Amino acid sequence: MPPEQSSAELSFPDRMLAVVRRFAPDAERLDKVMRLSGGASQETWSLIAVRARGPERMILRRMPAGVPIVEKISLETEAALMQAAEAAGVPSPHVHYVIGPDDGFGRGFFMSHVDGEALGRKIVRDEQFAAIRPQLARRAGEILAAIHAIDPKTLPDLPRITPREEIATMFENYRRWSEPRPVFELAFRWAKERTPPDDATPRLVHGDFRNGNMLVKPDGVSAVLDWELAHIGDPMRDLGWICTAAWRYSVIDKPVGGFGDREDLMAGYEAAGGGRVDPQVLKFWELLGSLRWGVMCIGMGFRAKQSDRPVELSMIGRRTSENEIDLMRLLAPRGA
Amino acid sequence: MQDKPSPSDLLAAVAHYLRDELLPTLSAHHAFQLRVSCNALDLVARQIALEPAADATEIERLTKLLGHDGALGDLNAELAAKIAGGELTLETPGLSDHLWATTLAKLSVDQPQYGAYRREATRQQ
Repeated sequence: MPPEQSSAELSFPDRMLAVVRRFAPDAERLDKVMRLSGGASQETWSLIAVRARGPERMILRRMPAGVPIVEKISLETEAALMQAAEAAGVPSPHVHYVIGPDDGFGRGFFMSHVDGEALGRKIVRDEQFAAIRPQLARRAGEILAAIHAIDPKTLPDLPRITPREEIATMFENYRRWSEPRPVFELAFRWAKERTPPDDATPRLVHGDFRNGNMLVKPDGVSAVLDWELAHIGDPMRDLGWICTAAWRYSVIDKPVGGFGDREDLMAGYEAAGGGRVDPQVLKFWELLGSLRWGVMCIGMGFRAKQSDRPVELSMIGRRTSENEIDLMRLLAPRGA
Repeated sequence: MQDKPSPSDLLAAVAHYLRDELLPTLSAHHAFQLRVSCNALDLVARQIALEPAADATEIERLTKLLGHDGALGDLNAELAAKIAGGELTLETPGLSDHLWATTLAKLSVDQPQYGAYRREATRQQ
């Protein structure tokens, strides 16, 4: 009986098993099928496929059929990016299977489960990561060099975002959602005067490469996650974002993710073929990172009343000032 | 003149009940939302305590920088516009000090545990 015809009568776990058997025909059953997270449109599931050779833990990222597409890039594109990253030597979950229209199971993909810690505040503090921490900045540079070396022509179509366009959008949102903020005005002016040219070689940009989106084990980085903001743009954006103060988890003297130094990030990037990094350009992108997160905080505060999590979003709105102090430390440092 | 307990004392009593008595009885989802709510109450208490003096000194600095007085919101909007237009820059005497003082005053209410604030606040004499 073809699964398309039977799928309407089967329970959800049975439908999931039918799709798993497309790429793991020996799967006897599924264990511990658990919804991990997700909003109304996107779901993340954890499951264990019991196969002939033993149990295998997997992750499913999925959008049920009929849900309007609101994400920036599709789940199919996200899967393609993870496959390209794995092929380029970037630590990545392995994509087992991309769900097709014939599967009658919505859209999405199955990937391997990867062990590791994602919580930034643990990565910068826990004893078990003490030995690896000094190597993480260099490793982040190597990983970014590998991502930026992927030829965009081999990838599905991605949005192209130039630095000038991004600043214009951020500035418009800030002006629309916030009272006038002198520190933001100073920072936007600074950034507009130093915007890199749009014709800098466009590359695949991860878009959210920071402490919090890497899985880290005591012996190294085990996976890069969250490609949802990937686009074609200026590769220095990724280097600046991982230096942005918001991702240091209060370990403020380790600018790279709260675990490392800019020199190690730049050295790793260069040694892995990413090219020379101009520290002034890195500073531009680091500052733009604080503006970007600042505008996001403003936006969440602005939308708080209409949200189903009004307290949480209001309090993120009140974190906008964290970015103002980070901007001041870049624009007008007060000495050692 | 209103009676006691003061708003700050009432907020502290509510936060104490929510954190120490209600929180341990809740599911993970509600425990998280309640923790955030308690943080919001603490922020409000800090704002009640710190805002009047901070606003007064901010108006004083703005009056000096802009050459006239006015309501805080208007002065702040004028400062923002003059920075946007390049009329006032970090070279302008007093601007950097003003922005630092204003930013530190905000963080003392919003997020006094933030690492960069703790560092910069200890520099202040």
